[in-house]
This record gives sequence, C-alpha cells and structure tokens, in this order.
Amino acid sequence: MLEIRGLAASINDKPILRGIDLTVPAGEVHAIMGPNGSGKSTLGYVLSGRDDYVVTGGSATFNGVDLLGLEPEERAAAGVFLAFQAPIELPGVNNANFLRTALNAIRRSRGESELDAVQFLKLARAETKRLAMPDDMLRRNVNVGFSGGEKKRNEVLQMAILRPKLAILDETDSGLDIDALKIVADGVNALRGPEFSALVITHHQRLLDHLVPNRVHVLAGGRIVRSGGPELARDLEKSGYAGLIPEAA
Amino acid sequence: MNAPVQRGALGFLAQYDALRDRLPGDPAIRDAASTAFRSAGLPGGTSARRIEAWKYTSLRPVAETAFQTLAAPHDVSALLASAPVLDAALIVFVDGRFRADLSNPPAGFSTFADHPDFGTLARADREPMVALNTMLAEDGARLHIPAGADGGVVRLVSLATGTAAVHPRHSIHLEDGARLTVVEIAIGEGTYLHNPVTEARVGANAHLTHVRLQDEAVGAFHLATLYIDIAQSGTYDGFTLNLGARVTRAEFHALLSGTDAIAHMNGAQLLTGTQHADFTSVVRHAELRGTSRQTVRNVLAGRSRGAFQGRIEVARAAQKTDGFQMNQALLLSPDAEIDSKPELEIFADDVKCSHGATVGELDAEQLFYLRSRGIPDSEARALLVRAFLQEGLDAVTSDPIRAILEDSVQRWWDRQAMPMDTDATASRSGAAA
Repeated sequence: MLEIRGLAASINDKPILRGIDLTVPAGEVHAIMGPNGSGKSTLGYVLSGRDDYVVTGGSATFNGVDLLGLEPEERAAAGVFLAFQAPIELPGVNNANFLRTALNAIRRSRGESELDAVQFLKLARAETKRLAMPDDMLRRNVNVGFSGGEKKRNEVLQMAILRPKLAILDETDSGLDIDALKIVADGVNALRGPEFSALVITHHQRLLDHLVPNRVHVLAGGRIVRSGGPELARDLEKSGYAGLIPEAA
Repeated sequence: MNAPVQRGALGFLAQYDALRDRLPGDPAIRDAASTAFRSAGLPGGTSARRIEAWKYTSLRPVAETAFQTLAAPHDVSALLASAPVLDAALIVFVDGRFRADLSNPPAGFSTFADHPDFGTLARADREPMVALNTMLAEDGARLHIPAGADGGVVRLVSLATGTAAVHPRHSIHLEDGARLTVVEIAIGEGTYLHNPVTEARVGANAHLTHVRLQDEAVGAFHLATLYIDIAQSGTYDGFTLNLGARVTRAEFHALLSGTDAIAHMNGAQLLTGTQHADFTSVVRHAELRGTSRQTVRNVLAGRSRGAFQGRIEVARAAQKTDGFQMNQALLLSPDAEIDSKPELEIFADDVKCSHGATVGELDAEQLFYLRSRGIPDSEARALLVRAFLQEGLDAVTSDPIRAILEDSVQRWWDRQAMPMDTDATASRSGAAA
C-alpha cells in the first residue's frame, strides 16, 4: 500500500506539490489526472527519488517503508518503478545489457540469484514478443533511434521484466496509436494482482478504457482537488477541469 | 651488454656515435637526423627548445630515465601469450627487433634491417622524435601489398621487456586498389621507450584499416609518429586506443594527396594515476573532395592528463573538403585534466570543416534513469563511463577487432577495480575555438 500524507515538494525553491494526501491500497490502480503544470510528473519524480526535487514536508511510505529516505535504486529494490514520460537515451548501452544489469541488481537486493545471459535472454525475448516489439529492440542501444511509441513500449518492457510492486506511469499513453495503447494497457493489466499497485498519470480517458482504474484523482495546483471512481475520468473528458479548480493555481 | 648510457638527448647522441658504423641504411640520412636532434633536443628536456607542438606534453621524464642500449634476452612467451589473439598473420617484434621464430608473417613482409629505406614522408628535420628515430632505427616492419591484392589481416605485436629505448621504423605500402588491415598491439614489462615511426602510403582506391592498441607497461614511454599519404579515392581508416604507458603521444600527419581521399583517425584513451596521453594530428587536404574524420574520446581518472591537438589544413585546390575533428572528455576525478587545441587553416572557399571539444561529467538524467531501475550509483556511473568509451570503439567496424579493444578495456577496468568519484567535476580545461 502506498500512503502519501501532506507531501510538499519544490524545485529551484518553487513549490510544486503543496500537500498531497493519497492512499493506493495493494492491488489497486489509481489514475491521476489534471491540467498541465499541476504537479503530476513531479509526484512521480518525487516518489522515485529524483534529486533535483526537494521534499519540503509530508511523508510517503510504501508497505510501511519510508520511501523519501531511500536512494532511487533502493526505492526500485523496494518495488517502485517509474515509467518516464520522456524515456532517456543511453548511447553506448545495449538494451539487453541494461535490462539484465537492472534486473540482477534488483534480484541481488532481494537476495535472489542473478540470471546469466542465456536465462535472461529467454525471459526478455518472451516479454518483447508479448509486447509486439521487434526482436532487434534488445540489441539496440537504450532508446537511441527509437520512435516515440517504441520508447514508451520499452518502458513497459522494463516494467514487465523488473516486475515492480508499485508502477508509476507518467503519460505512458501519450504519442501511442490505438494498437500500441492497447499493448501498453495489456502490459500493465498482466501485472495486476493483490501485490501490485499502480499510479497512472494521464491526460486522456482512452487509456483508462483499457486500463480501468479503481479510483481517479484530480491534481491541480499541487493538491488533490477531487477523487472519485472511474466515472470521474469520463466526466472530466466532457467537462474539463475548469469547475474543479476554483482558486486556479 | 647492459651498460647504462648517459641520460637525455646527450645519451641518445652518444649512443648514435657508438653505433653509427653498425646501423643499416644511408649514413647521410642518419647524420642529418642527428644534427636535427642535437639542435631540437627532447621536447621538455632541460636543454630543449620550446616547441609549440609539444606545448602540452613534456618528455622530461624520458630525459631523466637511463635507458640501456640493448635489452637482456628474456623469455617472452608469457608476454606474447598475453597479447590479444586474432585469426591473422603475425609479426612479432621484441625490444625493437623482428623475431622470425615467433612470427608467421604474410606475403609482402620484409624488415627494415634487411631493407633500410627511410621512406619519403617522415620529417626528421621538423619532428624531434622522428629525428631520434631516424638516427637510431635498427629494425621495423615493412608491408607491401601489390596493386589490386587483398593483404588480409596482419597482427603486428611489439613486445618490450626491460629498460631499452627502441626506435622501430615501420612502413606500410598499399599499391592502387590494394586492401590491408593492420592491428598493432604494443605491450611490455619495464621502464622502456617505444618510439616508432610509421609511414603508410595508401594508393588510389586502396583501403588500409589500421587499428592500434597501446597497452604498454605503466612505467613505459610510448611516442608514436605516423605519416599517412592517401591517393585518389583511397581510404585510411585508423583507430588508436591508449590504455597503458606513463607518457604517450600518438602523432599523425595525414596528407590527402589525391581527390576523394578519406582519412579516419579516431581514438580513445582511458587513463588513471599520473598517466599522460597526447593525440596530435595534422590533416592536410591537398586535393578536391577529401573527407577527414577524427573523434577522440578521453576517460580520465586520478591525476591523469589528456591532450588533444588537432589541425586541419585545407589547400587552395582542396574545394569541397569535408573535415571534422572532435575531442570529448569525461573527467572522473577533480584532479584529472584535459587540454584541447583544435585548429583550422583554410585556403579554399567551398569547404565544410568543423571541430569542437567537450568536457563533461556524467549526465544527471541518464544517471537517475539507471538508478531508478535499481542499478546502484557506482555501478550506474561505471556503466555510463563505459558507454561513453563504447561509443568511441564503435568506430571500429570489424567485430573481432573491436572485441580485442573491448576485452582490453575490460581488463583495464579489472586492473583498476576503480571506485568512481561520486563528485566528479571538471577541474580545468583548455579549449580553443
């Protein structure tokens, strides 16, 4: 279970999050919607530990562990995964090597044995096939020369291989055509289970048609201003955010 | 046989006086070289003239080391076995002398000792280390590939075993349409000077791939000068990886003498401790539509220092020249240093030439991306440093040859087992526009 209480954070002394309260029970998928600049991506970065954001108040725990006191790699070992809105290119780093290094680091931290190259490739090939990704994706350098859609799918591939307990998807649907959107949604749905939670940051209802959330929250001006069931996303699609942000952050 | 000689330039000159009558080849050429060397001295040595071309690299440590005239004979089988292996013809030099018993030379091979031809490209009158080489060269590899022939792949291994100063004189000559790949590997044990001069002539439509791996002993000095002449539509595709030696200089003089000639002189260096390595190149475009490319990547740890001096000269006749030089450095320690001096001298008006230098730390976003996937900070840093180097090595298109370089880089890391400095910052950089 993810529990966020009064979380406040700023970047370059500019407050972005102004007191977030949010609980995501184990096994649930929650959507975060909201206008541009409301702090959605910041929430993802703060939870995964990007160090240019300064936490100025509040707490965030995952299964009782204080996330904010951990290094990014320790959060990953605790099961946190951020699918980046703009995945980073790593020239000179082979995708398979990257994925195996990450998986083995996480397995080590859990006291599990590392996978050798053969074991890993078998696993990775099965996942790339399931995500309808071309075979050469594993041989290429991480995200280098990938189309926007390929980069997003590569994030989902990493998630499928690392098997996090808390996935934060930051606009993973943007730039995807309808087929790719369904593949991405299926990728997340495949991980759903009593031990898995997800925060899905999105602008659009259409991802949520395939990846149906338990709850939908609206973030505006650095706070959650409204929460509801899946129907809230459909309402927002029709009426927009205008009625929800009286003080217009 | 192991009598120490005087140190410094005077030591080399005394050695020349003692050996002069026994050295192969035209004594007039050697005498002229000795006059030039007497006048220039060892750059950075006490009595030497200041030379702009040696602004960043001082040979004072060379001047202060007592080298011996002849190395004691060592069993080199273990050392030779440690050299990277390739399915190729093999030419082995030990302490500067060809060893037929260890070699499996290709067709077209001969030695400088048997055919003491100093060639036409090297300039003993201009370069002090070339003068020193010309004065004292005793042996070297000569490779001659006739017109249209494919010379295949040749592994040229230089082993050093002691405290000798050796001055090999190599020559590679590809006639029109010929092809050859030379993989030069320099390794050794001890405090020695390896001062090779190589002349490479690439005929019309010929293609020379020249990969150089410098993995000398940590106490050694490696000062290599290469002269390259590329005729019409010929290609020189060179890559140099510097890993070892206390002081290194790889100096290239490339002349694109025919139209549509292509020169690649890429490289990478991985240095730590107090190592110093210098890439210096002068690329002269003399004719139409030449292409030159040079990217050098430096990874500098400890108190190491890298230097890059690149100069592209474009003659008036060399319209449509396409020239590019880039020096990139990652400094892993606040005490590491890189100096870059790119220069352009252009007399033609329709050319595309660019150069640049970057000095950087690791990219914070890339680092966070890796860590967010569970990769610990130190491992993530190591991965990014290696990626930076790998991008350089990717210029070597032959898989088995690139694998040799990758393995050597891997062994370098294994030797260091180096903790990454978490506050790697750029200390000082000299970069001229």
